[in-house]
Amino acid sequence: MSVTFVILAALTIASAVAVMTLRNLVHCALALTVTFAGLAAFYLQLGAQFVGFAQVLVYVGAVAILIVFAILLTRGSEPPTERIFSSSWAIGAAIAVAVFGLLAGLIAYSRSLTREIPPAPTITVRQIGDELMSRYVLPLEVIGLLLTAALIGAVIIAMREEAK
Amino acid sequence: MTPLAAYLLLSSFLFAIGLAGALTRRNAILVLIGIELMLNAANLNFIAFWRYAPGSEAVIGIMFVLFSIGVAAAEAAVGLALIISIYRHYKTTNLDQINSMKG
Repeated sequence: MSVTFVILAALTIASAVAVMTLRNLVHCALALTVTFAGLAAFYLQLGAQFVGFAQVLVYVGAVAILIVFAILLTRGSEPPTERIFSSSWAIGAAIAVAVFGLLAGLIAYSRSLTREIPPAPTITVRQIGDELMSRYVLPLEVIGLLLTAALIGAVIIAMREEAK
Repeated sequence: MTPLAAYLLLSSFLFAIGLAGALTRRNAILVLIGIELMLNAANLNFIAFWRYAPGSEAVIGIMFVLFSIGVAAAEAAVGLALIISIYRHYKTTNLDQINSMKG
């Protein structure tokens, strides 16, 4: 485990915890941006440059802005005065701890993770483009259709209702 | 600890944080943010397996993550539009107060 990994992991985990515990929603959105940027740095460190830049463009750029707009449109920018966790928070926290315990236990006792490290796969953007246009052309079209439908659907859902 | 196990532990911790937030917070926007965190943890898993698993084909992991990012972006847009529409109707995003399907 390298020093870079430890620093990035500490940053990502701290900001993710901040997202879920802070009171002011705008601060939560800012911490979320830091988490997304940390994940993009992990992708770059693992050698997936294209995915890292896609993460920066889509999450740090678009999704974070979208969430800030939603917070401002729903007047969530003033911090709530009552408590921020729901009434059944203990059950939810227990479920989350149980899920993490199960996953961590399985990872710790797995014997298939102790193999030697294979050489890093080298992949260029040109290869990704070629594959997208040949073998993965149908999923690409489907994702384009899905994004168009989601765009139109989001506009129609959020459109102001006509006064009757 | 091998690097793959470290990455898997990190992503399972992120998944648990997102799950805890989605189950415990009262604000609908933060529930959606928790779901986004869980999706991102899954993406980190894909990339970690692509890098460290032996004998995998070169581009499959990358393609999976790219399509997953696309689906997550569509999900975020529709989810936030739904939250804004619900806010117009109920004048709140507090999930404890939104408890009827109609009216």
